Amino acid sequence: MSRAGRITRRVFLGTAGAAAAGLAVGYYFYRRPFPNPLEARAADGEAVFSPFVKIAADGPITIIVPRAEMGQGVTTTLAALVAEELDVRLDQIAVEHGPAASAYANIGMLQDAVPFPRFDDSAMVEMLRSGMGIVGKFLAIQGTGGSSSAIDAFERMRHAGALAREALKAEAARRWNVEASGLTTASAAVTNPATGEELSYAELAVDAASVAYSGEPGLRPASEWKLLGRAQPRLDIEAKSTGAPIFGIDVDLPDMVYGTVRMNPALGGRMRGFDAAAAEAMPGVLKIVEIDTHLGHGVGIIARSTWHAFRAAEAVAIEWEEAPAALDDAAVWERLEQAVSGNDGSTFRDDGDVDTAFADAPRERIVEAEYRVPFLAHATLEPMNATARFRDGNLHVWAPNQAPTLLRMACAREAGIDQDRCTIHTTSLGGGFGRRLETDYAVYATRLAMEAGGRPVKVTWTREEDTTHDTYRPAAIGRFKARLGADGLPQALDMKIASPSIIASMLPRLYPSLSAMGADAAIVDGSYNQPYTIPDYRVAGIKADIGLPLGFWRSVGNSYNGFFHEAFMDEVATAGGVDPVELRRRLMANYPTALGVVEKVAEMADWSGETAPNRAKGFAFATSFGSWVAEIVEVSEDSGRIRVENIWVAADVGTALDPGIVEAQLMSGALFGLSAAMFEEINFDAGRAVQTNFHDYEPLRIHQSPKVEIAILQAAAKMGGVGEVGTPPAAPALANAIFALTGERIRRLPLAREVVFA
Amino acid sequence: MFSIYGAKPYLKAHEMRLTVNGKAIRIDAEPEMPLLWALRDLAGIKGPKFGCGIAACGACTVLVDGAAVRSCVLPVGQVDGEVTTIEGIGSSEALHPVQQAWIDEQVAQCGYCQAGQIMSAVALLNEIPAPSDEEIDRAMGGNLCRCATYPRIRAAIKRASDTSAET
Repeated sequence: MSRAGRITRRVFLGTAGAAAAGLAVGYYFYRRPFPNPLEARAADGEAVFSPFVKIAADGPITIIVPRAEMGQGVTTTLAALVAEELDVRLDQIAVEHGPAASAYANIGMLQDAVPFPRFDDSAMVEMLRSGMGIVGKFLAIQGTGGSSSAIDAFERMRHAGALAREALKAEAARRWNVEASGLTTASAAVTNPATGEELSYAELAVDAASVAYSGEPGLRPASEWKLLGRAQPRLDIEAKSTGAPIFGIDVDLPDMVYGTVRMNPALGGRMRGFDAAAAEAMPGVLKIVEIDTHLGHGVGIIARSTWHAFRAAEAVAIEWEEAPAALDDAAVWERLEQAVSGNDGSTFRDDGDVDTAFADAPRERIVEAEYRVPFLAHATLEPMNATARFRDGNLHVWAPNQAPTLLRMACAREAGIDQDRCTIHTTSLGGGFGRRLETDYAVYATRLAMEAGGRPVKVTWTREEDTTHDTYRPAAIGRFKARLGADGLPQALDMKIASPSIIASMLPRLYPSLSAMGADAAIVDGSYNQPYTIPDYRVAGIKADIGLPLGFWRSVGNSYNGFFHEAFMDEVATAGGVDPVELRRRLMANYPTALGVVEKVAEMADWSGETAPNRAKGFAFATSFGSWVAEIVEVSEDSGRIRVENIWVAADVGTALDPGIVEAQLMSGALFGLSAAMFEEINFDAGRAVQTNFHDYEPLRIHQSPKVEIAILQAAAKMGGVGEVGTPPAAPALANAIFALTGERIRRLPLAREVVFA
Repeated sequence: MFSIYGAKPYLKAHEMRLTVNGKAIRIDAEPEMPLLWALRDLAGIKGPKFGCGIAACGACTVLVDGAAVRSCVLPVGQVDGEVTTIEGIGSSEALHPVQQAWIDEQVAQCGYCQAGQIMSAVALLNEIPAPSDEEIDRAMGGNLCRCATYPRIRAAIKRASDTSAET
């Protein structure tokens, strides 16, 4: 183990004995029972301090950020967590994504796996949550999702920095024969203030990683932070401003060939047969292979260039089977209507006595409405792609992905090899939004690599293939009923939401033998867990099976429940003659954090002030992923065209580790929500997605994008997520603004079905 | 052998000369191969990105004789000018003022569209050194950003415009 120049912490464990080891790396033994994946991979002269920190004798300090960088700035923020305690500047470090490993499992991602609001911190709910932590360790999924990366990393990555710093100080103390406690650290060096002597981390690293450090460093309080809490220049900004080849689609390997896939557009349908003779005879085509997996059926093309592969894919004559469900929009809506009309389903919130409250309600005090949202595509700008090489029984997969351990499992299974023979290389992602939690693109690349004679093959989907083979944000119906009290406030609220279950769709894709049973809180996420105090308040979710592939889409259930809940609240306010912001002040009085963002956004938008002619504002609130967000949208009308002029966002995220990145994420999340609310919709015909490319699935463009103003608050007791939380309130704030302007209540998205946007 | 786009024989691959980023390069390709793929897969120039293949997203934007062009729909055989990709306007050591503005405003999130955005902005500012909001909208409307970094793109174009006005 103690090979010269390959020093790892395990050397120390072996030499110093178990008792000291328990102290030295106690944190990892307690919190991280997984092996350190860096130990086996450490290069000569590299000192590995933890799964997150390695320092080379010749200088480079590497921080492992084992989360997908898909724009949310996680590379910068998570590296800053380590750097803050390690006492290195961000310009002194290199960041690597690192290997797929259980040590990098995202436990925080499962926080919402218990069906209680995030702000519920009662003993019982906390106990259930810690139970989910154990489940998380058991599943050990290394994933990026649920706006959880910073929350999950907050303690353990700072701890990794502190541990390495103390080990380096201990080594310096040994060399100088002084007490470590008297030494200081800054800019990757240890200094003895008494003598002015200085040793760089590089000089100390190899010995430091092998010498016993027997302390348990505490973490610095926020008041002592130098990096955290301040906007840092993004570590990826230069690469992304100079066109550097950092994305999956840019992977370039010696002897590489190119490929694409053409899968049955009738989703879930098999392939009856195909004739590749003409396509195989085309110039630049190397091979055409059948793809027959539980994820999809079709053909793959291996060619001299991506374009040759695209061209040949169209030339293959294929006889497709129909989709098993072969649904069109009408059939989908019929199933959702049936589901929402029935008495099945699970109640996720049931305060007071809703049935009694409605039983004796006078007709004129009741408000009723039905809301609908369509299927959505993720439409990441970088189409699905992966590069794979299968040689000598070993599989390497390079892919922009959000779940490396899931990719490793799925690709190894496709190749028929053990997982330890499969290496996943995670690149930068040209957008994720949940789509890259799936494995299909990597599994198909694996299949093509098995046929490529040991050469690496980069498999890129066309935009058409990407749009028509997504795992879609499900359609949903909500039926809502409120009983108004004499004061105009809702006395009772009854909400029923029907939608297909995402997890029930996803689980068999990952584990073909499993099916998800039971209730799915995601269906009502964003409706059942909002901080309103209403005496009789019931929220039920009904699973409706439709047999189309569904997936996690930025903010998941909150993406439509935000619209349902807050657009209906606006209707309730209107019916009761109460100002929408005033309604929240009264109903959220028990939740000061919620009130804080409501008041802040009202002030930013001058809610109570005069509104210009032909303009109007709409308000919405949503707490999701532990953060509290209120948004106001202002619209104008000119010659029958609606323009979205402004959006104000006030968000309480508890702790903003990097306010610049938090602001960027809130802006992106809000505009992503507006984009879907205004324009986006996937329709189905015979189980096939109708839309194929950006001409008929057209997201928000710059001329439609409003001015954005963001306020970040930090009053909440717990740190919340930021990547998704801007999305849920955007659609209702816009729909409510359009109502305020036109008097037309649009209860179905996208809004462009009913209005023309400038 | 007939093209699926019509009953015409394939044009054979042959050697073509292009000037890309000031350098003469030779490419062995069918003339109908889009410039994007000739650059990416044959010449190894990865700055221009593939997003849609139908000139609807702008990720593939390059300059041909200074004008912004969607390289995903331009047959390489029809290129009759000097091609400039993002690799040709600046580097980490010598950033183009537009790239510097992009960094100063911290525009990029996922970053996938940004090479195309920057090339469209370079073409815009070459033509209109101090564009109005409407001129920015018109010039940049063909470049999608799924992270919706539009507010910072606007700010960066204005910053670059101010910078060039001062020099």
